[in-house]
Amino acid sequence: MSTLHTVNKSPFGNGALLSCLQHCKPGDAVLLVEDGVYGALSGSSVADEVAASIGEISLYVLAGDISARGIEGSKMVTGAEAVGYDGFVDLVAEHDRTQSWL
Amino acid sequence: MSDVKRFLYVNRKAPYGTIYALESLEVVLIGAAFDQDVSLAFLDDGVFQLTKGQNTEAIGVKNFSPTFRALGDYEVTKLYVEMESLEERGLTEDDLQNIMYEDEDDDWKEKPSIRTVSRAEMAGIMADQDVVLSF
Amino acid sequence: MKIGVVVSEGPYTHQAADSAYHFVKAALDKGHEVPRVFFYHDGVNVSTRLSVPPQDERNIQQNWTALAKEHGLDLVVCIAAAQRRGLLDENEARRQGKDANNIAEGFRISGLGQLIEMGIQTDRLVTFGD
Repeated sequence: MSTLHTVNKSPFGNGALLSCLQHCKPGDAVLLVEDGVYGALSGSSVADEVAASIGEISLYVLAGDISARGIEGSKMVTGAEAVGYDGFVDLVAEHDRTQSWL
Repeated sequence: MSDVKRFLYVNRKAPYGTIYALESLEVVLIGAAFDQDVSLAFLDDGVFQLTKGQNTEAIGVKNFSPTFRALGDYEVTKLYVEMESLEERGLTEDDLQNIMYEDEDDDWKEKPSIRTVSRAEMAGIMADQDVVLSF
Repeated sequence: MKIGVVVSEGPYTHQAADSAYHFVKAALDKGHEVPRVFFYHDGVNVSTRLSVPPQDERNIQQNWTALAKEHGLDLVVCIAAAQRRGLLDENEARRQGKDANNIAEGFRISGLGQLIEMGIQTDRLVTFGD
């Protein structure tokens, strides 16, 4: 049993991403969407915490939201995987429940 | 009806500054009629929803905090409050309302609906649900 | 799989209604069922037919109306949230003594029970909000 967590807020203005990571269980997935994709930026004040969680959880970013915001793949933490809306759907189906951190 | 599902209502926002707390409670009240296994989670700023002594007269909005005390009558008796969220906000359980329910399986004894849990326990509760509604 | 969707923020101000739209399209393309999309909080504002966005921008309401028509989607607008925010269909307007109604084609006003029912009847539930 595992959970797909979605986070749609930037971690620099809002505590949702950190709260989410603190409530994940091993095997969960975290999908960053909308402004949440900024949580995958490497070298940021939260990057260490985000990077440390990868392994226990799988980290995904929505590709459309990344490109909309002009973020290149090379600027994201290692291990973050970009997916499209189809990948989003697959993640929802694969995990037993989806929890949105609004 | 098939198996009862475990529904968790996640509350992470403070009351009054936005409508999420009130409209989340409205879903809980309507949802009670569906006889599912309902729990409420209060974490992050959501713990502020349960403080006692709310007086909304001066801001001219309805004080909906008494509604939490009626939840027991709707058989909603599991209100999980995260301890770390309280501590980070300088609050203790004493700052929260007294919300009780009558346990029909225990001679209608009055018991507290608020159950304080650790962050780790809250994660476990979340992982145990069938449907998670966030507001 | 049966996937239920909640849209809990309004059009344009938040990306939620757009994200949900693209998600639902993708889910349907993959052969999943989306038995209902439930609009709550400011999400009820997606259902106004009076929105006139700039010509070179997407029309969020029309996107949803067209998607609903193409796939027979059940777009439900919560009555309590709608009343608060002034979204009324013809019946509601008459009942409340208002001189206009504004719900777009493809959306129907109903109670919060529809959200719980969606949670019970679907395999997954995804919320797009703020």
